[in-house]
Amino acid sequence: MSAPTPVLEVRGVSKSFGAVRALDNASLQVFPGQIVALIGDNGAGKSTLINCMTGVFPPDSGEILFDGQPVHLHSPQDARNLGIETVYQDLAVAPHLDSAANIYLGREAMKPGILGKLGFLDNKFMMEETAGELKRLRVRIPDPRRRVFTLSGGQRQSVAVARSVKWASKVVIMDEPTAALGVAQSQMVLDLMREVRNSGIPVIYVSHNMPHVFEVADRIMVLRLGTVVTELDPKTDTIDQAVGWMTGSTTMSSSAGNEAA
Amino acid sequence: MSDLQQIQNPAPEPLPELSFRDQLKERFDFAWTYILVVLVGLIVIFTIWHGTKFFDRTNFRNIALDSSQLMLLAVGMTFVIITAGIDLSCSAVLVFSAVVGAKVMSRLSGSPEEVRLYEFPNQHIGIPVGLAAAVLCGLLWGTFNGLVVTKLRLPPFIVTLGTLGMALGLGQIVSGGQTVPYVPYDVQTWVGARRFFGWLPLLVVITTVVVVLAIIILSMTRFGRYTFAIGSNQAAARRAGINVDRHLIKVYALSGTMAGMAGAFEVARFATASTAAHSADNLNAVSAVVIGGTSLFGGMGSIVGSVIGTFIPTVLRNGLIIGGINPFWQQVAIGAILIAAVYFDQRRRKASERM
Repeated sequence: MSAPTPVLEVRGVSKSFGAVRALDNASLQVFPGQIVALIGDNGAGKSTLINCMTGVFPPDSGEILFDGQPVHLHSPQDARNLGIETVYQDLAVAPHLDSAANIYLGREAMKPGILGKLGFLDNKFMMEETAGELKRLRVRIPDPRRRVFTLSGGQRQSVAVARSVKWASKVVIMDEPTAALGVAQSQMVLDLMREVRNSGIPVIYVSHNMPHVFEVADRIMVLRLGTVVTELDPKTDTIDQAVGWMTGSTTMSSSAGNEAA
Repeated sequence: MSDLQQIQNPAPEPLPELSFRDQLKERFDFAWTYILVVLVGLIVIFTIWHGTKFFDRTNFRNIALDSSQLMLLAVGMTFVIITAGIDLSCSAVLVFSAVVGAKVMSRLSGSPEEVRLYEFPNQHIGIPVGLAAAVLCGLLWGTFNGLVVTKLRLPPFIVTLGTLGMALGLGQIVSGGQTVPYVPYDVQTWVGARRFFGWLPLLVVITTVVVVLAIIILSMTRFGRYTFAIGSNQAAARRAGINVDRHLIKVYALSGTMAGMAGAFEVARFATASTAAHSADNLNAVSAVVIGGTSLFGGMGSIVGSVIGTFIPTVLRNGLIIGGINPFWQQVAIGAILIAAVYFDQRRRKASERM
């Protein structure tokens, strides 16, 4: 049995901003049906890595492979066209629009025929599809016709997640999706993340929140000083170990020394 | 297998029926219902007060005609304000377009010697081209506003304040500070004073068509959807792949075109143009839009509200004049209504920002 091809692979990527080396030979593999957590201290390079993967800017060197093929992403639209969707921490929804309008924002369904060519929206279709999508993801939102500002923060973020899942055929990247949320609302988003994983689409989960990471992740990649220093297994490793790797108090040599001791 | 497929692709279930009230709520922004009550109240009061001197179809026609230019400005302004912008230049674009339109019309309608004798042998060309020139001027100024706002990333308030001065100054240069003379008065007979059935003015018909189109575009099309989305959360709209800059340029171009059309109306109604008129129309349009429930912070608003907000000052002025009361009271009343409208808008905003 050969190893499955990673859906998304980052191979030896480096990126500098002036004198600052934000990414230094970072590598990462994402397989179907996994939640891969990406953790690291501030400035470890998490955002830079995400931006390289989503086409915000290209890496200086190294490769990004998609289904085993090298790709060059020139814009976020390129990444989107490949089936990579991103959820941001800061509730990136339009609060005055309803859930369906938000999920279809920028990809509106038009009425068939001449009316559609004239720019008329097919709101009924978008509403029904949205209701089905929310049901499939077990997102409980009062009504997709309600304006998003009437929803709670967790429900709003769920709308953002539902949008990315609806359009992501390959990978969903979630950049601190629970940072702005309370406890119960965060749980809602974590549950949703599991639903996405179970549907077969891998999730890259960037977070500072160790309990959340250890709760949902299948693999944990620790980023420090622009490179992936280790991979942890949430079932066997501990939060203390993760913190050690993030802060640099644990390193390859010290952990080798510990094991030898 | 078929069971599995059904689990993976559950057929979309029909949504539960909304009550009639909820359906209305979803379809319309109901902020303007309160202000509709004010308008109806004014009409009732003036009808009781003046009887058929006020409640009369000729008087209503005059109200509609007097409102038409401000109505056009308010339609454009509604789109701009929903994107969380503002267009202060529209009044100056109106007079600039009117002056240029009148000049073009006069020039093309006959030789300088002929027009000085009020002979316009080529007016069948001069009149339509002059009117089109006015609309085109508005389109160009609006596009310029949109380009500066999006490409130089400056606040719309400042940009349109700048083009307000530029358009007004250039209008004065073109007109030499005078009312434009020697405009063929047939522009009035053909357009400005034309009536259907001896009653319904052509300009009111045109305005009504524009208003209906604007309602449809704002509430039923992708153009309207993007307008709301940008005003609601510009960053989210950008991330969703919407070309925000291009849409904003279109919205400012629309507002400019409406001002250019109002300029063409000016020439058609009066067969002349001057830069002295309409100086406060930009602020009147803003207050009409805001009174109609459109939020200055963007993301919320309606054309219907702006229509009602445009009629309120005209009706108030009309009713006060018929009653022999100093019409300056109209300004006082509109100021108070404006403050009340914004107060209610901010209360709505607070309710919308709860997490």
